[in-house]
Amino acid sequence: MPKTSEAIGPIKDIRLNAANRSLRGLVPVVMLVGICLAANAQFPIHRESPLNKKAPQFTLLDLTGARVDLASLHGKVVLLNFWATWCGPCEAEMPTFAEWQRQYGSRGFRVIGISMDDDRGSALKLSAKLKLNYPSAMGDEKLGELYGGVLGLPLTYLIDRDGIVRAMFLGETDPKIIEAELKTLLTHP
Amino acid sequence: MKPALRRLIGTIASLALFLAAHSQIHAQFGGAPSPDSAFSIPAAQLLPPEELNRILQAKGASKPLVLQVGSHMLFAQAHIAGSEYAGPGVQPEGLDRLKTRVDALPRKSFIVLYCGCCPWNRCPNIAPAYNLLHDMGFTNVRALYIAKNLGSDWADKGYPVERGQ
Repeated sequence: MPKTSEAIGPIKDIRLNAANRSLRGLVPVVMLVGICLAANAQFPIHRESPLNKKAPQFTLLDLTGARVDLASLHGKVVLLNFWATWCGPCEAEMPTFAEWQRQYGSRGFRVIGISMDDDRGSALKLSAKLKLNYPSAMGDEKLGELYGGVLGLPLTYLIDRDGIVRAMFLGETDPKIIEAELKTLLTHP
Repeated sequence: MKPALRRLIGTIASLALFLAAHSQIHAQFGGAPSPDSAFSIPAAQLLPPEELNRILQAKGASKPLVLQVGSHMLFAQAHIAGSEYAGPGVQPEGLDRLKTRVDALPRKSFIVLYCGCCPWNRCPNIAPAYNLLHDMGFTNVRALYIAKNLGSDWADKGYPVERGQ
């Protein structure tokens, strides 16, 4: 029996080693398949709200080609507005944001627009039509995801002087509500 | 309470909530929607999100063709699992793409259209897309009634989504 065991032992080892090698070879394949499946997976998503957190940073070129860097606006109150040309409520509220930029700009207030349009041309056209006095840049799905997923418009965030997202307004919102919050943030040095 | 009765009560309650929300929107906008608005879609052709989710999750049941007729940017961030991008209904190019996608299908095909870019009363895409399919002779087209947006009315309810192109 011991002999048999001894004889069988190395054979087992060889088989196990062969199996291990096969398994090791399979690992990248399994991982690749997993990644592919995950990429196309159907899943309920948990949208991470940026509220009361440091605003996700970005540097983009606006519609005129000028640089828009959120980090450079530290110390100012920022209204970050996601919009699109096909969004009726967006078009309705943007002139109000331009008015606030005029009214509160000297108190350290800045508006940044992020167009979620598929094409830059139509965004530029609307921006010119509305004579917007603040920069707008083209957004993308990555920026959208950073801000909790822009799965509906308009979407507006207010960011305080410390760069913390303090308020979120989704959908058609009474401008008075946004302005009240904005004024509160402006009172803080 | 028997499970069947509970399901029946749940279904009736969902339907009542849906109809109440629909009539509230009609009341808010004077009940006289503009011909271009989503209100031009007959109420009987609307499909509540919970109902579509139930259909999509049902084992073995035949599934509708679900088409997103909003912006590609929104589609890339998240779309109803299994749905296809058909182009924004507000643009002629979008309608051309939609027409090409469905042209060869039997006119009795079960098709669900959705957008979810904006609140229902502001959506520019859903009605033109619905009207196109109606004019093409499709008889089993439903429009997904998204009251606020895809995030609030679908993703945040935990219904399955996919990301990507």
